Amino acid sequence: MLVIKDLHANIDGKEILKGLSLTVKPGEIHAIMGPNGSGKSTLSSVITGNPSFEVTHGSIDFNEKDLLELAPEERANEGIFLSFQYPVEIPGVSMVNFMRAAINEQRKYRNEPAVSATDFLRLMREKKELVEMDSKLTNRAVNEGFSGGEKKKNEIFQMAMLEPKLAILDETDSGLDIDALRIVANGVNKLKSPDNATILITHYQRLLDYITPDFVHVLYDGKIVKSGGKELALELESRGYDWIKQEVEA
Amino acid sequence: MEQQYIDLYKAHHALIKEHSAAVMNESRDEAFALFSTLGFPTTKLENYMYTDLRPSLEADYGLNVRRLDFPVDPYQAFQCDVPGIDSYLYFVVNDGFYPEIDDRNKDLPKGVIICGLKEASEKYPELVQKYYGKLSREKKDGLVAFNGAFAQDGFFMYVPKNVELPRPVQLINIMRSDVDFLANAHNLIIIEENAKAQLLVCDHTQDDVRFLANRVTEVFVGEYATYDHYKLENTHNRMTNLATLLIDQKASSNVIANVITLHNGVSRNSIEVALNGKHCETEVCGMVIADKNQTVDNFTSVLHNMPECHSDELFKYVLDDVSKGAFTGRLFVEKDAQKTRAYQTNRNILLNRTAKMRTKPQLEIFADDVKCSHGATIGQLDDNALFYMRSRGIPYAEARLLLMNAFMADVLDYIRIDALRDRMKMLVEKRLRGELSKCEGCVICQ
Ligand SMILES: Nc1ncnc2c1ncn2[C@@H]1O[C@H](COP(=O)(O)OP(=O)(O)O)[C@@H](O)[C@H]1O
Ligand SMILES: [Mg+2]
Repeated sequence: MLVIKDLHANIDGKEILKGLSLTVKPGEIHAIMGPNGSGKSTLSSVITGNPSFEVTHGSIDFNEKDLLELAPEERANEGIFLSFQYPVEIPGVSMVNFMRAAINEQRKYRNEPAVSATDFLRLMREKKELVEMDSKLTNRAVNEGFSGGEKKKNEIFQMAMLEPKLAILDETDSGLDIDALRIVANGVNKLKSPDNATILITHYQRLLDYITPDFVHVLYDGKIVKSGGKELALELESRGYDWIKQEVEA
Repeated sequence: MEQQYIDLYKAHHALIKEHSAAVMNESRDEAFALFSTLGFPTTKLENYMYTDLRPSLEADYGLNVRRLDFPVDPYQAFQCDVPGIDSYLYFVVNDGFYPEIDDRNKDLPKGVIICGLKEASEKYPELVQKYYGKLSREKKDGLVAFNGAFAQDGFFMYVPKNVELPRPVQLINIMRSDVDFLANAHNLIIIEENAKAQLLVCDHTQDDVRFLANRVTEVFVGEYATYDHYKLENTHNRMTNLATLLIDQKASSNVIANVITLHNGVSRNSIEVALNGKHCETEVCGMVIADKNQTVDNFTSVLHNMPECHSDELFKYVLDDVSKGAFTGRLFVEKDAQKTRAYQTNRNILLNRTAKMRTKPQLEIFADDVKCSHGATIGQLDDNALFYMRSRGIPYAEARLLLMNAFMADVLDYIRIDALRDRMKMLVEKRLRGELSKCEGCVICQ
């Protein structure tokens, strides 16, 4: 589904990703862990096509399409979704208008007719329930004045609305209390199917208690330096990252 | 530049007066004398420093001092009524009030007078005399003086004490000529004590020639009266639109002045609101959408002359290409105007590096017990917000549009006529999409 090969990427001329390779197949859950500043968010930005980042080398294919050739909106409509580490506030743009635009663009991309008003409202209600999101929030402007936890829930809500093939969750768990974490994890698990895949970027083992990854990777200094099964996450939890750094530097 | 008009006045002042009304003529020579001294404003003057009007003023325009009729029937040509607004509808073609041809305005409440200023000056000389020029004559301003010397007609509206107009009044200003043309119109609006009225002024151009309009509007709002003044400019880019709006507010009155420039050539709006009684409320706001080489200069003054008044000011601009915007927010608080609350905001988005915006708050506060704030920003669309939307599948152009519409939304919220607000939202969106923003069914706006 997703095949990343020897990816190098810069921001402001500084190289952040330094030869990263990763393959994700349908139905899989991959966890990417690693110390702060190692390039995890950069990876998610590059996959989704954030124009601030420049890819200098390597390739990303998604379902046999060259992703680097596609605009961010095309990647989204191909089925890639990013739950942002820092969701953006958009004053003046209502959640309803925002979601309707997104849904209709996706349908247009698939040559489907625009969603009817009643279907759209039903869909909104259904997905709100899934993530236990307060109705008040969807009447507001996108993320404006949302608490940290509400923003993260809103990301999962949007994911539920758009039903992506590949979801990248960038530290969706950080800053969440146990309840919110459970809700978020629950949402992710309910949306899971054999056809879609998830990349969980996280610092902590915590989220992985709720969502069981098939693979765990350690991203350090712009590269994946270690991969394993879910037991690797437990090891990182107890031993920290220093031993990885030492291994890499040795 | 001025000289040709000075010569013209000297040669034809009798004719000008003959085709106007006595009340308007009383102060004409005085206005001419002032114009002869001041001339047209130049960028050397602080109040005009941002926009050079010379290229607009230098052109050789025709005038119509003999008041010959123009071959146009606006009722036929113009379907620009904002649908659903259901207004009392009036036309001024160039500077002449166009006679009403049907009875659509027949149910005006008793005592309300709406007609041409010349006609009003003849029929109700005492009423007009009491107000005409009371605000404009005080202005040491070349454009206002020019208007005082040459204006022969315009729009007149009188709403007597305690009368509320059930529907908005719509004034369509149309510029119509086969040759480059200049028009000076003078509008006079009187809203008496505890009366209530809404006026929507639409500025349009009909022919592909150069136009210069120099319009002065005086508004008198009585105690406890409520008045909304919406001006919507949708003209072609060979138009120079010079508009002076002078509003006098008495105690406890409530005014909105909302000046929207959707499409234009060169525009200068001088808006002055004087709060001359306690407990006045006023909202002065506006928006500008400009591209190509359009120029819009909004110069605003809010004068807190009396205590315990509240003013809000909000102007927003979206500028593209090599367009130019300017905003001046003059806020004056008199020594005795304690407990003044005055807030001013100007926000601007430049879509292109070549677009230019100049903004200047100008605060003169002489009272000590006041709450005042002002803020101005010039920026681009938020890249993070754009990417966030694109990452949800919304294309770049659409995401930009959502952001620009959102940016303008609060100015539109200051429109207190629902049908007009909805219509404006649509027009703004169309304009931002790059489609022509002309009104639906309109056959003459360019
Ligand atoms: N917008 C930016 N401008 C400059 N440097 C950046 C920017 N975003 C990230 N970086 C740098 O890139 C590196 C990787 O950051 P990031 O991908 O956010 O790491 P992680 O998500 O793993 O904590 C860091 O050194 C960070 O300082
Ligand atoms: Mg990060």
